[in-house]
Amino acid sequence: MDRTQLLNKLWEYQHEFGYISKNAISKISKSLQVSNIEIESVISFYHFFHKQPTGKNIIYLNNNIISEIKGFEDIKTTFEKETGCNFNEQGNDEFSLFETSCIGLNDQEPAALINFLPFTDLTPKKVKLIIQKIKNGENLKDFASKTKSKIQYTPKEDKTVLFRPYVMGKSIKEGLKYSSQEVIDKITKSKLLGLGGAFFPAGYKWQSCKNNVDDIKYIICNADEGEPGTFKDRAILQHVPGLLYEGMILAGYATGAKEGIIYLRAEYLYLLPELEKLLEEFYSKNLLGKNILGVEGYDFDIRYQIGAGSYVCGAASALIESMEGRRGEPPVRMWSATKHGFKHKPTVVNNVETLAYASRIIELGEDFFLSLGTEESPGTKLISISGDVAKPGIYEIEYGTSFKKLLGIEMSQATAPYFLQVSGPSGDCINSSEFDRKICKEDLLCGGALMVFNRNRDILQIFRNFMEFFKEESCGVCTPCRAGNFILTEKVKKIQRGLCSQEDLDDIKQWGKIIKLSSRCGLGKTSPNSLMMAIDKFPDYFNIKIAPSNEDQHVEFDMENAIHEFDSIIKDTQL
Amino acid sequence: MKNISFKIDGRNCTAEQGQNLIEAAKQNGIFIPTLCHFKHLNPLGSCRVCTVKNNGRTIAGCTLNVDEGMDIEVNTPELLDARKAILEMMFVEGNHFCPSCEKSGDCQMQNLGYETGIRYTRFPHLFVDRIVDARPERIVVNQNRCIKCKRCIEEVRTTDGNRVFNFTNRGNKTLVSIDYEQEAKLSDTQAEHAMHICPTGSILVKGKSFGKPFGNREFDYSNKEKNISFNEIKKHKTTHKKKRIATTSLAGCFGCHMSMLDVDLGILDLIEVVEFNKSPITDIKNFTEHCDIGLIEGGCCNTHNIEVLREFRKNCDILVSVGECAIWGGLPAIRNTVPLEECLKEAYLNSMTSEENEIIIPNHEDIPKILNKVYSNHEVVKIDYHIPGCPPNANHIWNVVKHILFEEEYSIAYPEFKYD
Repeated sequence: MDRTQLLNKLWEYQHEFGYISKNAISKISKSLQVSNIEIESVISFYHFFHKQPTGKNIIYLNNNIISEIKGFEDIKTTFEKETGCNFNEQGNDEFSLFETSCIGLNDQEPAALINFLPFTDLTPKKVKLIIQKIKNGENLKDFASKTKSKIQYTPKEDKTVLFRPYVMGKSIKEGLKYSSQEVIDKITKSKLLGLGGAFFPAGYKWQSCKNNVDDIKYIICNADEGEPGTFKDRAILQHVPGLLYEGMILAGYATGAKEGIIYLRAEYLYLLPELEKLLEEFYSKNLLGKNILGVEGYDFDIRYQIGAGSYVCGAASALIESMEGRRGEPPVRMWSATKHGFKHKPTVVNNVETLAYASRIIELGEDFFLSLGTEESPGTKLISISGDVAKPGIYEIEYGTSFKKLLGIEMSQATAPYFLQVSGPSGDCINSSEFDRKICKEDLLCGGALMVFNRNRDILQIFRNFMEFFKEESCGVCTPCRAGNFILTEKVKKIQRGLCSQEDLDDIKQWGKIIKLSSRCGLGKTSPNSLMMAIDKFPDYFNIKIAPSNEDQHVEFDMENAIHEFDSIIKDTQL
Repeated sequence: MKNISFKIDGRNCTAEQGQNLIEAAKQNGIFIPTLCHFKHLNPLGSCRVCTVKNNGRTIAGCTLNVDEGMDIEVNTPELLDARKAILEMMFVEGNHFCPSCEKSGDCQMQNLGYETGIRYTRFPHLFVDRIVDARPERIVVNQNRCIKCKRCIEEVRTTDGNRVFNFTNRGNKTLVSIDYEQEAKLSDTQAEHAMHICPTGSILVKGKSFGKPFGNREFDYSNKEKNISFNEIKKHKTTHKKKRIATTSLAGCFGCHMSMLDVDLGILDLIEVVEFNKSPITDIKNFTEHCDIGLIEGGCCNTHNIEVLREFRKNCDILVSVGECAIWGGLPAIRNTVPLEECLKEAYLNSMTSEENEIIIPNHEDIPKILNKVYSNHEVVKIDYHIPGCPPNANHIWNVVKHILFEEEYSIAYPEFKYD
C-alpha cells in the first residue's frame, strides 16, 4: 500500500467497524512496513477516527459559538437523555456522542452530523423525534436535513460574478482560446487573491508552479473549510460545483498539471454523491479525461480525498502532509508547495472559492472583474453571515461594501449588533464604531465568515469558545501554540470566574504577542489576535470585569472555590 | 560550498552558505539556545526557543540556513523575553519537579532556565495529570517532563529502521508515546542513546538513570564558584534602629530555614544590623512591630497558610518567596495533579497504616481546611522577590536579603541558580 492511501484505508475501517482496532492497526502497519505507533499517531490526530468501538450511530454535535448561543446546551442534554449516553465517551451499542468544531452549517444552528448526514435547526423536540426514528430503524437518509444555504444577496444582475447562471464547460472553452501563459496572465491581471483566508495572489502561485519544470504536477483544491463560521465553500459545492471543477481544469491547463485532487472535509461527506455525479458528467462530456475537448495532450483528472476532522489541515502545507498519510502538522517550511508540494512535486493548492472565481474570470474576462470592487481588491466576494441576524446565509458582495451595509435592512438585518467577528476566530473583531469599515484589501479583508453578536452576548463566553477551539485544534508540535493557547484558555476562564485585575488583561496582551511571535504556523500566529484586540476595542465591557484594587495587596484569590472541594468531601465522610 | 558573510546583532559573521544558523552562530562564538535542535537531525522547529529574527521576520533559528547578507537578530530584549517565556511555558505545561528528577543537573531545559534567569514563571502552572509509563522493557517514559521536542521521534529507530516513539493525540493533549513492540527490539546502547538525547528527564533507562553524583553533573559548577561569599554586612551598621526581618514556613519542609542557618558565623554579623521579629528562629509567634522584610518558605496548601501569608503581607514592606515551594508549590504541589478526594482517602482511609474500615477523615473547626490544590504565594498576595532553589544556599539567601534591605544592585550569578 502507498502511504498516500492511509487516510482512505483508515476510513474504510472506520466506516465498516465504527473504529480502528488494534488488529487493523497491526495489519496496516505491516503493509506499510512501519511501527504500530506510527499508525496510531495518525489515527489519534484526526477527530473522526476512533480507536475504541463506537455505537452504530455516531452523532457529532457542533459546539461552536453560534451553536452555543442558539441552544447547544439544551440540545446536548436532550441527546444524552434520549440516547442514554454521555458526550465524548465511548457510548453504547446504538449511539456514540461527540462534540465537534464547526461543521459549516452556521446559518442552521444548532446542527449535528449523524453518521455524517446533516441534521439542522435542532430543537429538543426535534432531537427526541430523530432519536425515536433511529430507534425505530428508519433510514437516516430519509429524514436528514436539506442544508443548501440560502443565497441572500447578490449584486445587481450584471455585476454578479459567482452566482450568475452556470453553463457547463463555458469557461474551459473560453480558456482554450488562449495559451497557458495567457491564462495565467489573465488571473494575475485580475489581482485574484487566495480566498481561503491567506490572500496570497493566485496568479503568482500558478506562475510559480508553471515555472517549476517537472513531469508530474498537482492541482489541489482545498475544500477543508474549517474556520468556524465559514460556510461559503459549501455553498459553492452545493450551488455551482461546476465552477470549481472548471477552475481546477484551467489551473491544470495553465500550469501543466494533469491531476487534480479535492481535499474535502469529512463534515461535507454528504455532498459527495452529488459531486461525484457531476464529475461523471464532466468526464462524459470530455471536459475531463484524455484530450479534453479534443485538444491533443490536454489531459486532466479529478479525484476526491476525504479529510478526517482537523482544523489545521486547512493550511496548505498541513493539508499536503495529511494527503501523504501523516499527521496534519504544518511542516518546517523549506520550500513552497509550488516547488515541492504533494509527493514532492510542484503543486498548486487553492481554495474552492479561489478556483470558482478563476473559472469565472476566464469566462467573463478579467476586465469585467476589474470593473467591480475596489482598486486593490476587484470583483466580488462571498461572505457567510451567521449569529444575531434575521437573514443568515450567503452574501455575494462587491469588494468595498461596508459592514454597516451588510448588517443593514437590505442585507442581513442584524438586531442591535455589538460585536462582529470577521474571518472566524483567527480573524479580527470589530466594535460598532468600526461598522463603516469596508471589506477590501485597502481596509479589512474577510476570509468569508462574519459572525454577528448582539449586546446580550457575553464577550468572554465567545472567547472561551474560541480559545478552547484553538487549544484542541493546535497540531501540538510547537510550544507556544500548544501550551500558549492552553494557558490563555485558563486565563479567560479565570476572568470569567470574576477574578480579573488590570494585570490579567495586560498579561493577555503580552502573552498573546509572544505566542504570535514565536509560533510555527498560522494557527498560533493568529489565535490570540482577536482576544487581544477585544480588550482595547471593548473597554466598557472589560473595565467592569476588573475588581477594584485593594490596599492589602491581596491578589484576586477565590477562597470559596479553593475550599469548596474539601467541604464537600468532608461532609460525605463524617459520621 | 562558498563562504558568505552575514550579521548577527550587528556583528559580522562568516559561514558556509546554507549552513544551519545555530551551527553557524556557534562557529562565530554566538550561542543561540535551543532544545530540539540536534546535530544531524533535520531541523525540527518544535521547541521555538531559538526564535530569532531574519530581516525583521521571526523564525526558528534552527530552521534557517544562512545566506549572504542576512541580518539576524538574536539577543534583542523582545527576543530574549520571548525565549524566556517559551521556556516558562514548558515549565508550567509539564510537571517539572527538579528536586525529585533523576536528570536534574544534567538537564538541558533546566540549564536554559538558569541561563535565561527564570526565577518564577509568569504563567500559572497547569498541573495536568500525566502518566509515568514503566511498561516498556528498558525505558521509562515520564510524561510529566516531556517537552515534545521530537528528538526521540526522529532519532530513535530500531535496527530495522522502525520508529520507537511518535506523537499521539493533538492540541494540548499531544503526547510522545512509545511503541512497546519496537522498544523491546532496542539494544542497550540504543536505549541509552534515547535517554541521552532527551533534553529533559522524560526518557530514562531502567537502572541507568542516576549516572552522575551531585556536584559532578554537567550543569553544576564547582563548589568554589558556587559559594558567593556573604560578607561586608557589618558596614551597614548604624546607630539607627535595626532592620526587622520576619520569616515563616507555610507548606514547606523547613529546609529553607535550615539553609538560612547554614550561613554559620555569618549570622553573628547579620544580627548586628538586623533583628528577627515573628519567626521560627526567634520563636516569636506574633508580629510585635511592622517589619522591613518577610521571608516566606513554602506555598499555601491550607486556609491557615493563607491567613499567615496575608498577615505577613500586612506587616511587611517587602515580601520574598524563598525556595521552590513558595514560588510555585514545589514538591507539595505533586498532589496538584491528583484530585483532593483521592489524596485524603489515600492518607486517612486507604493507607497501609490506617485502621481497617476507617471511614472518617479528621475534621474539626480548629483544623485548617485543605485547599483544592497547593497555591504559589504570588497567587494569593503580591510578592516582591523570588529566590529559587530547593533550598537556595545560605549565602545566596542572605546576599539577596542584604541587597534588598540596603538597596544595592545585585545580579544573581549563574552558579547560584538552582532549582534543586
